[in-house]
Amino acid sequence: MIGHAEKAATFVANDERVHWHDRALWFVRLKRDRQAESIPEWEALREAAAAIKAHTLSRIADYLEEFERNAKANGIHVHWARDGAEHNAIVHRILAERGVTRLVKSKSMLTEECHLNPYLEAHGIEVTDTDLGERIVQLRHEPPSHIVLPAIHLKKEDIGELFHRELGSAEGASDPQYLTEAARGHLRQKFMAAQAGLTGVNFAIAETGGFVVCTNEGNADMGTSLPPVHIACMGVEKIVPQTKDLAIFLRLLARSATGQPVTSYTTHFQGPMRGGELHVVIVDNGRSAILGQETFRRSLSCIRCGACMNTCPVFRRSGGYSYGYTVPGPIGSLLAPLRDPSKFGSLPFASSLCGSCSDVCPVKIDLHHELYAFRQELVRRKVVPLYKRLGMAVMSAVLARPWAYRLAGSLMRWAMPRLPRALVYGPWNLWGRQREIPPMPRESFRELIKKEAK
Amino acid sequence: MTSRDAILASLRRNAPPVSPLPEVPAAMTYADPERQFAEAFGSVGGKFVRVTSLADVNTALKTFAPYTQARRIASLIPDVGRANVDLAALKDPHELEGIDIAIIAGEFGVAENGAVWVPGSMLGPHRAIFVVTQHLVLVMPAGQIVHNMHQAYDRIRLERPGFGTFISGPSKTADIEQALVIGAHGARSCTLFLVGSQAR
Repeated sequence: MIGHAEKAATFVANDERVHWHDRALWFVRLKRDRQAESIPEWEALREAAAAIKAHTLSRIADYLEEFERNAKANGIHVHWARDGAEHNAIVHRILAERGVTRLVKSKSMLTEECHLNPYLEAHGIEVTDTDLGERIVQLRHEPPSHIVLPAIHLKKEDIGELFHRELGSAEGASDPQYLTEAARGHLRQKFMAAQAGLTGVNFAIAETGGFVVCTNEGNADMGTSLPPVHIACMGVEKIVPQTKDLAIFLRLLARSATGQPVTSYTTHFQGPMRGGELHVVIVDNGRSAILGQETFRRSLSCIRCGACMNTCPVFRRSGGYSYGYTVPGPIGSLLAPLRDPSKFGSLPFASSLCGSCSDVCPVKIDLHHELYAFRQELVRRKVVPLYKRLGMAVMSAVLARPWAYRLAGSLMRWAMPRLPRALVYGPWNLWGRQREIPPMPRESFRELIKKEAK
Repeated sequence: MTSRDAILASLRRNAPPVSPLPEVPAAMTYADPERQFAEAFGSVGGKFVRVTSLADVNTALKTFAPYTQARRIASLIPDVGRANVDLAALKDPHELEGIDIAIIAGEFGVAENGAVWVPGSMLGPHRAIFVVTQHLVLVMPAGQIVHNMHQAYDRIRLERPGFGTFISGPSKTADIEQALVIGAHGARSCTLFLVGSQAR
């Protein structure tokens, strides 16, 4: 297991960029705050959103059946996939049966999770991600580093150089307006040539059998209103019971995500385009197993706004790639180890447990409590590295015995100043790698108090 | 067992006890929803224009640079704009490419966020029109502004099958260093004419 700290090492090596990344995300957090403060009923909205999600999860199978029934009545084809492999095979079959070789996609974290792009490309289908940030990272052969801001780790000069190489834009150009225009022209051609469009789903509505997709760029609308085939992929947890629930979630989503009052386009698909066809693929891929875990099931309420990432002091300073999972940040630090604890066991520790993530979460997932609970779970299951388990055992033995604590303290105060530096800062001193151990006081706090009391 | 049945069975097996649906919280309203809407629409990058009649829209368009320079104009509102594209004659939505201006009716607006509801029925034969066009002009009757999204969904009755979208300003992106750029894929500008006599 390569842990979060090891993966973060390359990112934190560039101090200037770490601070720039930190500030860029904090800027988004502040925009979110301004929007949240402008709504007097913000906290009531969060409460309602959390309750709707909890209710929906308690009856999720019923609501999915209701959605399927209504979607079919609207002329939508509904498919079900147990895992990523089945999802990819379904999407490929739909495309292959219709002779599609050029697909345009709008943002879908689910298809990232299922690794759809490489699968389709291996089957000879050209896949173009059309969200600007996603197109940037696709051209760099990288995954998104953030679920809402896929290219937040890059500077405009990086993108200018990439576009010069890949799209033939002017050398040395780095003006965002100019670069966006270059991408617009390039992607217009892709839209015009595509034979099918694929989108994610922000919310699927049981009551109507329709679904909603939110974008600022309009790429989901373009990709699904020109070619005759639209495939929408959704995790089972995207379902909401009624149309009126959308009001609550849409009031929260964009404000939490980017600090906008609403996205530029909030599109409601309730049936195929005239003369076209519409497919919805409903995917489990481990979600029903998470539902069965009482402590962690609330992580399924996530509406993928990314607010927990923008506010997280660890994410802001370590970058999305340090998590090694499609969804990074606090919510990803739950979802990833829920999927594979041995591979992602370090992620629940990539948190200061400050609770800022829980404070901004629009659906009130108790993120830092769940991260803390997950740490305990990992220790119980012995997924935590041996050094950490041994360290914890020694610590609890010492801290549980006042005499041992006093003895250890006086030993340290005596020994530390006398030990050679090479010994104190050996490879076993993980804490001391980036930090200096503070000088040892001559007396303990206890001795100090005793003296004062006299 | 099919995947469908396996997924549903697994979800049923693992679901917690049923919890109730909450009450919808009382939402903020505005003393002057039209003014709030105008402000919100401006804040999302749109241009708000208040006029009293459709004739005024035509007059105002004459000084709107993208309109005066436009070569291909489509209008879905009779007698508004000098349309020279017959949308019904286009067999394929790809033929929309190259339209400079599209003039479309909005059904109602939302004061809290400047969103305009445009149901599929107002988009004519090719729904892609609102996003393929280079510039978008929305025309909406005055007095059709609700305070918030809750009231919006009380009004919406989507056809089945159906399509509808909230449009809040022009297409935009901030994917390059968080710098806001207007005109990502869709409309490079979004102008809204609110038409009717002043209410007060």
